[in-house]
Amino acid sequence: MTSKLDSKIPEGNLEQKWTKYQSSVPLVNPSNKRSLEILIIGSGLAGASAAASLSELGYKVKVFCFQDSARRAHSIAAQGGINAAKNYQNDGDSTYRLFYDTIKGGDYRSREANVYRLASVSSNIIDQCVASGVPFAREYGGLLSNRSFGGTQVQRTFYAAGQTGQQLLLGAYSGLQRQVGMGNVKMYARHEMQDVVNIDGVCRGIIARDLTTGKLERHFGHAVLLCTGGYGNVFYLSTNAMGSNVTAAWKAHKKGAMFANPCFTQIHPTCIPVSGDHQSKLTLMSESLRNDGRIWVPMKKEDALALRENRIKPNDIKEEDRDYYLERRYPAFGNLVPRDVASRAAKERCDAGFGVNKTGEAVYLDFAFNTIRYGKMEATKKNMHNPTDLQIVEMGRAVVKEKYGNLFDMYQQITGVNPYEQPMMIYPAVHYTMGGLWVDYNLMTNIPGLYALGEANFSDHGANRLGASALMQGLADGYFVIPYTIGAYLSKEIMTKAIPTDHPAFEEAENIVKATIDELMAIKGTKPVDHFHKRLGLIIWNQCGMARNAEGLKKAISDVQQLRAEFWSSVRIPGSANEMNSELEKAGRVADFIELGELMCIDALSREESCGGHFREEHQTEEGEALRNDVDYKYVAAWEYFAGNNWELHKEELIYENIKIAQRSYK
Amino acid sequence: MEKNLNLNLKVWRQKNAEDKGGFQEYKLKDISTDMSFLEMFDVLNEKLIVEGGDPIAFDHDCREGICGSCSMFINGRPHGPKQGVTTCQLHMRSFNDGETIVVEPWRASAFPVIKDLVVNRSAFDRIISAGGFVSVNIGNAQDANSILIPKVDADESFAAAACIGCGACVAACKNASAMLFVSAKVSQFALLPQGQPERKQRVLDMVAHMDEEGFGACTNTGACSAECPKEISLTHIARMNRDYLTAELSTESK
Amino acid sequence: MNWVTKMFSSSIGQKFIMALTGLFLCSFLVIHMIGNLQLFKNDFGLAFNTYAVFMTTFPIIKVVSYLLYASILYHAFKGISLVYKNNKARPVKYAVQNGAANSHWTSRSMGILGTIILVFIVVHMKNFWFEYKFGHEIGYTSYFTNMATGELKAEPMSAEYTQFNKIEENIISNETGQYRVVVVKDLYKEVATEFKEWWLVALYVLCMFAVAFHLYHGFQSAFQTLGINHSKYNGLIKFIGIWFFSVFIPAGFAAMPLYFFFK
Repeated sequence: MTSKLDSKIPEGNLEQKWTKYQSSVPLVNPSNKRSLEILIIGSGLAGASAAASLSELGYKVKVFCFQDSARRAHSIAAQGGINAAKNYQNDGDSTYRLFYDTIKGGDYRSREANVYRLASVSSNIIDQCVASGVPFAREYGGLLSNRSFGGTQVQRTFYAAGQTGQQLLLGAYSGLQRQVGMGNVKMYARHEMQDVVNIDGVCRGIIARDLTTGKLERHFGHAVLLCTGGYGNVFYLSTNAMGSNVTAAWKAHKKGAMFANPCFTQIHPTCIPVSGDHQSKLTLMSESLRNDGRIWVPMKKEDALALRENRIKPNDIKEEDRDYYLERRYPAFGNLVPRDVASRAAKERCDAGFGVNKTGEAVYLDFAFNTIRYGKMEATKKNMHNPTDLQIVEMGRAVVKEKYGNLFDMYQQITGVNPYEQPMMIYPAVHYTMGGLWVDYNLMTNIPGLYALGEANFSDHGANRLGASALMQGLADGYFVIPYTIGAYLSKEIMTKAIPTDHPAFEEAENIVKATIDELMAIKGTKPVDHFHKRLGLIIWNQCGMARNAEGLKKAISDVQQLRAEFWSSVRIPGSANEMNSELEKAGRVADFIELGELMCIDALSREESCGGHFREEHQTEEGEALRNDVDYKYVAAWEYFAGNNWELHKEELIYENIKIAQRSYK
Repeated sequence: MEKNLNLNLKVWRQKNAEDKGGFQEYKLKDISTDMSFLEMFDVLNEKLIVEGGDPIAFDHDCREGICGSCSMFINGRPHGPKQGVTTCQLHMRSFNDGETIVVEPWRASAFPVIKDLVVNRSAFDRIISAGGFVSVNIGNAQDANSILIPKVDADESFAAAACIGCGACVAACKNASAMLFVSAKVSQFALLPQGQPERKQRVLDMVAHMDEEGFGACTNTGACSAECPKEISLTHIARMNRDYLTAELSTESK
Repeated sequence: MNWVTKMFSSSIGQKFIMALTGLFLCSFLVIHMIGNLQLFKNDFGLAFNTYAVFMTTFPIIKVVSYLLYASILYHAFKGISLVYKNNKARPVKYAVQNGAANSHWTSRSMGILGTIILVFIVVHMKNFWFEYKFGHEIGYTSYFTNMATGELKAEPMSAEYTQFNKIEENIISNETGQYRVVVVKDLYKEVATEFKEWWLVALYVLCMFAVAFHLYHGFQSAFQTLGINHSKYNGLIKFIGIWFFSVFIPAGFAAMPLYFFFK
């Protein structure tokens, strides 16, 4: 069955695969482009950039997003930055080094050719963004500024304060809106894709629901691009937006597109902890904070208990009674170990009973030490010989404020605690999903004409994504990859006339969508959608979160199956399907998340190794580190769907010709 | 520290664009001060659903103050009583036990109500389409560092570009004017070398489109900037005024 | 559409004219103030009356005054039309709106303040300008200045007296000495008489508050509209706007009716 997965990686050596491909890929002539229609689902970095570039080329483009404007896609929330192998800092960066760091960071579970292409177009992304007016941070001399991020030894991250994602998305969005104004793109905001329409095994369109009126619409396209982001909201609580969902990808999956590596999810170590049952989402505190914050929990359990019961304050705990566990376990990297490692270590301490907030699931991120250090440096700079302790703290806080002020304000806003005076409380939270629809080198799924771009596909980050690489991938796919690779397919489609949407396949697809909606509305049960979503989240978080084991996963699978049955018999959706109905929207999404949750657990159960974000407790070293199994599991697990929630595994062997595989160590 | 509040809510309910709409009162008990304002709405909606009612529709997405979806007019102010935050970042500790909270949708003829607290802000998208971009096609940009930009200009441009397009400026303005939104985009590009070639045409087109959408005129009350969750400055409006007048007086086209 | 009409029908263009006419009216207030300070001069109104003649006859001033009337009319009616248009931009009002939290009340009340000022201008013009130019109530007064001693004497002319020019000047000599005689339409007396009415004084003083609050926002706002917003000069603009235009000028004008009322 493996033959179903043809990755279509071009021949030739690594450096030349993409350039050779670019000059030999079949083209579509301008007059033919005008009659070729492309549907793009999602308007984040991947979707907006693809829409802008494809419409510039002359294709007829329609863009769909469930938000009220293309500008609100969740790419907007990315904080830290975007990587590019520009080597502006003269610190030894190169395309190869970015490629290497990404493969290694992904724990050797991504495709060499894709990652190399990503690294080689990374520079063009920065050029493009600057040209379109993205206000990146700059040095006093007027040149672009860079900072460093986890998992690398060079400074290659471009940023715009803590709002890089916002600035990049607005750049792509303005390019998209320009084309909308010119009539080359038709925008469908407040529209949600409900299903893809395949005719003779080829993707020919979609069924969408107008979320304002509830009306179902049929749209034909010669190609359909799913740029719909990740599925982190399967956990209910995540750093994703409330509306982020898997529905588009999942419907495509149920229509034949394979879903790859669903169990590869990224848990980000520094998020504001859950404060109570009411919590609806989690907020990230940028990775950059780990440069100056030291992570600790109390050494003694009684102190942890006292903290939880609010009998003592963190500052009451003496230095020798604190356990700086990352510095203890990983002396070489200390607080700057990669995300997966830092997250697991926090969980380990909290599970052992040392968590510090009322739920017992939080650790401290303490800036006191570096505040004093900065304060002393300032005193030296200012020629103060005998500064008082208070002066040192004040000067140190000023430095910290300059670096992280907006994050500290956000923390205080959410928690009501002043992080300048007390250490921050943080805990890992779901942030990104490396898995997604299986795509070949052209970003096409195994359904001809159906593509997946950005976080929605699986291809570039392996089992763990490095910081500042998600923005890079989204824009690479949309600006620089798809404009070429789509030609390979559409050049053969120029004779295909637009298929009228009264074709039986459209009719059938719409009827199925309608039947599903009617079925949901007809349940008229007793429990709101969120009730099921929260329960699903807990199951997946507990059994398929930071640590997984066979027993837990098996239990999770049966729990999810039971939850699914319960959902379909007792969910309550008020109102009707013919109006704006946010509960109905949520219900459709949660129904898909439940099915995905099951597949995630199945995937996690079948992968008998630990790698990146996937940590199987059965597979660890004596010191508790992840133990990869390259002999048996160096493959992409692509799952094919069969009716009744059955799946078949297809393996795409990963071949490393340019990188020597090694075990990661941060000791 | 965490406390629990009892609250009276007066919320605007409107079935659809055609419905006349009106206020509905709700009582909520034991609302934790650690909740965000929207989480308080989640609690209310869950209660309404279980009791067989219709939940309140409101726009929201990222819930971390950056997507610009949330749009509630709370006790007479967009995004509620705190400055520099969106509704989703507003927490219940900003309210008192027993308080009555009045929640309305953004009100502007250019932002028609769709349902309850949800309004249609697509006018903003159309204004951007009219000129809020730099016309460079993808794939032929020069090296990023070949354009030098003074740090102060880049920072000021960024400060303008931080606009999240939520529409609080329009909601706050007694004239429902969109000047702060439009000027932020005009200013972002006016401050950058990349924006210069289209600088004049951009401001003319965007202002013309802003007027077409039916927003009011600016009377410099400053309410927009004071309520802007990203604290965008009025200097951008002054810059747009300047640019607009210069452009009208100096472009060759009649 | 022609670019001129297009510009002046755009929201910014209309505001631009509002700002220009507003600042022009501010400059008029300064001139008007300086001229009217002569009311406080202890000369039975000679200087003031002479000034009044100059203001109504000097050709350049006449031209400027027509510009002024046009500005007042434009500023007032454009203002009203903008208020109407701006109101239409929010057809459904808020049930609760806490404007005080984000803006100064003067900035939100320019329409009403401006309307009060317009009413005031009408009353004011009727009382003095119209009476002076077209009415028959205001009589003439002869001013005798002893050219040797500088001593000044005023004698009202009979009610029927009229002359071709508003002002006529002669030198006469008699046994008591040589005198410069100025016969001039006595607006000063009209002012002094009118301002004995308590309600008119009260109206004037109240309207000066409207001017003060209108200019408190208006002066600074005009600069913002013209695109002048600069960290180095904003302080100066604010200072002038508040202390000169919204305190000194209205206080000075309010002092005039009060002066005559209590005189």
